[in-house]
Amino acid sequence: MRQLLSAFLIGGIFGLGIAIAGMANPAKVLNFFDIAGTWDPSLIFVMGGALVTTFIGYRLTFKRRDNPLQAQSFSLPVNTRIDARLIGGAAIFGTGWGIAGFCPGGAIPALGLGYASVWIFIAAVITGIAGTRLVEGRAR
Amino acid sequence: METEFTPLLSLLGGVLIGIAATLLMAVHGRIAGMTGILAGLIPPLSSDWQWRAAFMGGAVIAPLVYISAGGDIPFALPVSTPALIFGGVLVGIGVYLGSGCTSGHGVCGMARLSPRSLAATVTFMIAAFATVYVIRHVMGGA
Repeated sequence: MRQLLSAFLIGGIFGLGIAIAGMANPAKVLNFFDIAGTWDPSLIFVMGGALVTTFIGYRLTFKRRDNPLQAQSFSLPVNTRIDARLIGGAAIFGTGWGIAGFCPGGAIPALGLGYASVWIFIAAVITGIAGTRLVEGRAR
Repeated sequence: METEFTPLLSLLGGVLIGIAATLLMAVHGRIAGMTGILAGLIPPLSSDWQWRAAFMGGAVIAPLVYISAGGDIPFALPVSTPALIFGGVLVGIGVYLGSGCTSGHGVCGMARLSPRSLAATVTFMIAAFATVYVIRHVMGGA
């Protein structure tokens, strides 16, 4: 129970950060990518603030603790290969991000704001994830 | 469509995202990647779906608390519904194959100095810049 409460609160800090930063606003995200047009450089500050804070926070965490407070161990990705799957996937994601103006982290905190379009986007993302997982599972 | 340049609010929001990413690692030992958290909630559910659902619930509710406390969250979607759906499906395929999105690779992975995340982040940023350029300045808008 304590674990769920802390995950809920941490999710809340994340969602609040996304919303305040403007990441939940597709018009703002698309303007960041539109240097040749209505450019809005705000997202540099989002990425910069998040990256520097996480860099310092991770450092302190890994230096001071061998294990997380409420879990057996740190779950860190072990795959280090830079392959066609990673680059191809990232390129497809970036293309979709540039078309829709939403990424998963930006859209989920916007789900409660009362716009049907956010739910349509998330449904499409889930379709993409589940569909790819299904096709891949069949191919194996 | 113009949007207001908000360096201070965006920096503050970014710092909050970083604090959340740090806490999720320090308390739960997890990467704060929305793709990974979401994927575990799509059937077949992963065995540890409960904390993922709790994290998502918090992320959805916090902006509502902010609004009810008098905060303002601007929102505009200058994209047609077919484009939104097409873009969403591409995002889903891409984040699944690429094992992450802006939060997982762009923030958490980059903060760990992961070469994989750096490669993914550079790739999806270039793709997004190129896509918006083509849609807005070559095709003349979607």
